[in-house]
Amino acid sequence: MSDGNIPATRTEIPVEVVGNRQGMFGGRGTGDTSGFGGLVAPIVLPGPSSRPYGGWFDEVADELEGALEEQGLDPADAIEKTVIDRGELTFHVRREHLLQVSRTLRDDPALRFELCLGVSGVHYLSDPGRELHAVYHLRSITHTRLIRVEVTAPDADPHIPSVVSVYPTNDWHEREAYDFFGIVFDGHPALTRIMMPDDWLGHPQRKDYPLGGIPVEYKGAQIPAPDQRRSYT
Amino acid sequence: MTTHYEEAGTRETTEGRVFTVTGGDWGEVVEAVAKADDERIIVNMGPQHPSTHGVLRLILEIDGETVTEARCGIGYLHTGIEKNMEFRNWVQGTTFVTRMDYLTPLFNETAYCLAVEKLLGITDQIPDRATVIRVLMMELNRISSHLVCLATGGMEIGSTTLMIYGFRDRELILDIFELVTGLRMNHAYVRPGGLAQDLPPGAVDQIREAVKLFRSRMHEYDKLATGNPVFKARLVDVGFLDLAGCLALGATGPILRATGLPNDLRKSDPYCGYENYDFEVAIADTADSYGRFLIRLEEMRQSLRIVEQCLDRLRPGPVMVADKKIAWPAQLAVGPDGMGNSLDHIRKIMGTSMEALIHHFKLVTEGFRVPVGQAYAAVESPKGELGVHVVSDGGTRPYRVHFRDPSFTNLQSMAAMCEGGQVADVIVAVAGIDPVMGGVDR
Amino acid sequence: MGIEEKLPSGFLLTSVETAAGWVRKASLFPATFGLACCAIEMMTTGAGRYDLARFGMEVFRGSPRQADLMIVAGRVSQKMAPVLRQVYDQMANPKWVISMGVCASSGGMFNNYAIVQGVDHIVPVDIYLPGCPPRPEMLMDAILKLHDKIQHEPLGVNKRRAQELAEELALEAVPTSEMRGLLR
Ligand code: SF4
Repeated sequence: MSDGNIPATRTEIPVEVVGNRQGMFGGRGTGDTSGFGGLVAPIVLPGPSSRPYGGWFDEVADELEGALEEQGLDPADAIEKTVIDRGELTFHVRREHLLQVSRTLRDDPALRFELCLGVSGVHYLSDPGRELHAVYHLRSITHTRLIRVEVTAPDADPHIPSVVSVYPTNDWHEREAYDFFGIVFDGHPALTRIMMPDDWLGHPQRKDYPLGGIPVEYKGAQIPAPDQRRSYT
Repeated sequence: MTTHYEEAGTRETTEGRVFTVTGGDWGEVVEAVAKADDERIIVNMGPQHPSTHGVLRLILEIDGETVTEARCGIGYLHTGIEKNMEFRNWVQGTTFVTRMDYLTPLFNETAYCLAVEKLLGITDQIPDRATVIRVLMMELNRISSHLVCLATGGMEIGSTTLMIYGFRDRELILDIFELVTGLRMNHAYVRPGGLAQDLPPGAVDQIREAVKLFRSRMHEYDKLATGNPVFKARLVDVGFLDLAGCLALGATGPILRATGLPNDLRKSDPYCGYENYDFEVAIADTADSYGRFLIRLEEMRQSLRIVEQCLDRLRPGPVMVADKKIAWPAQLAVGPDGMGNSLDHIRKIMGTSMEALIHHFKLVTEGFRVPVGQAYAAVESPKGELGVHVVSDGGTRPYRVHFRDPSFTNLQSMAAMCEGGQVADVIVAVAGIDPVMGGVDR
Repeated sequence: MGIEEKLPSGFLLTSVETAAGWVRKASLFPATFGLACCAIEMMTTGAGRYDLARFGMEVFRGSPRQADLMIVAGRVSQKMAPVLRQVYDQMANPKWVISMGVCASSGGMFNNYAIVQGVDHIVPVDIYLPGCPPRPEMLMDAILKLHDKIQHEPLGVNKRRAQELAEELALEAVPTSEMRGLLR
């Protein structure tokens, strides 16, 4: 084996661990009878990709980074990492810079992501400091492209700037994410609950909010609500 | 320090003393309103109102007959489907998503399955026949959804005949759905990896018949509505929203196409092999409710074309991926009470193969695992871009499923369309948006 | 041309109870209370093929004050529940409720934070109609069963007696939670 085949230095790839999977079946309590109940495997989100990304991904990334630089912003500062996974391009943007990045994505002639497809909240309960993710999908009708922008916020400080001033369509989407996840979108014109009644307590789609089902009673038997049953994940 | 509260007014009645209680500043509010000389009234329409297209609540501020401000109240049908799915396995997810926008069940299922297949990395392995049948069913579903839109829209503006026609023709399509999936609505027919089962014998002939019959009836809608001066008077120039407004508010589907932009995911970002079909994107340039109506009519015609092409394209073959770790082992069959395991298959696994039985049991109760990651898949539903964002944590259940429902986004444009118009036009504008509350609220 | 022409002396004898039941059942006015998928099937029942008009019920009333039958068609969310109760309260007596679909009857597959687990938590239900969604034929069957019930509804003192009897039976009945070994 020649020396050229051995990588010079091992670069540490920062990975995002969002939890652990235990045992063979992911069963909790006494569910795992396989004898492998002690196995622990981390759940790792797809890590950052390195250049070249391939296809039009490089073009978009170059344009975005160039445009941000022109505005006096260090791309490495604004964009935490760029992930290519399953043929989809994701920019992980630091929340301070979300507004500027989204405005650039919309207005730069080479980018032109005119259509925002809303925001989807995801709650990673065991990812300390980055529990709440807000995931935006942007579509460019001009260039027929689709990208994803992901922003995180800790549970202790669930603030993310609102992009309603850039994409008015996100008005209701952000209200929905607030209602279900408790993400506070700063700068939203009227951040109120949209789906749940106004006096509802809690944010029902967070992972620490129970499903809220009731046990169903049959003759002589009770079936617990789906989240209370013994089950394998 | 003591605060002085004015005692609430009381009066004695035969039922006891009745108090007149007022909140904080109501007195001032009433006084201020009394002084104002205009007739500004806030009207609540819904959530239980015969003409608001389901449990939609419209809050209108009107001045005489003119709407000065309009807002929507939604959430009256919030079902928590997205959360419920996190406690069911990936295949069971189709049963839930089909009930979101209940007029477009097959689009919900397909979008969800496309996203799951992307996560699994098996997009290329979906058999051709399954894809063609998906397209076939989706296009039939597009027709039935547009028919309900025309029917309920017609009913809301007082054209009962249009409603009777719409529901009559929808039955043609529901008959096909029932034959193929065993159910009239809420099918759970499209599954991750393919389809629950193949077309039953006789389905192709019946679909051909139905297409022929429906095509011969299409002109009735033209006769009844397209040129009808009363119908036009209600729809033309009502609910105007131009291209800039559409893009800002994220409106897609017929609303966007009515501004003249031929934006259709089936052309611009093809999925399920739509690039191989010959059809046109219907557009209009009026940007009003009438344009949207014309687009829906034209889309039904185009869908008929696609359905026929699908029928010609059908080749025998499997309808589920070959990977037995994903495909359900059972051959499902339509029985007298809907879909179920075919008896032959049960006989075989119970009688001859213990391993097959275990595999079957594991796959059905526990489900398959999906690698960690997230994916977004979108289809062009009759209402616009239906997007699905799924996140997996590597388990047998979704970690998060989010539907970007076109009805939800499109409904935001209601205020822009209605303000400044007449109260009666609000109904027409909402009917032109065609929101389905099941999709809006999920 | 009907039976009325064949009566021997031109008049019929019956009880007020029967006559009232007969009249009531023949002029039911359903209030539109469409909520979700089931509502579409309810509309289908009213439209061409299934033609609820055959039973004199095709006119769905927009206003609850002119209606005496509420068909709760679909899932009732926590947010909708007070509205539903208000609509029910606005209906004049006598009134009946059909709970259409499993969602309205028991919460169905949506056993979660958002959905009321059975509309009978809010309003009294006369007929539970299972199915997801029930076919139009099933809805018509439920309506015919309700007609039958209305036809035989007792009045006045008979009504009181029937209610007392029902209460007694209910008190004596074994609660579901105490039934054993009958899971099927
Ligand atoms: S019972 Fe089924 S069809 Fe009816 S509202 Fe519930 S989910 Fe929809």
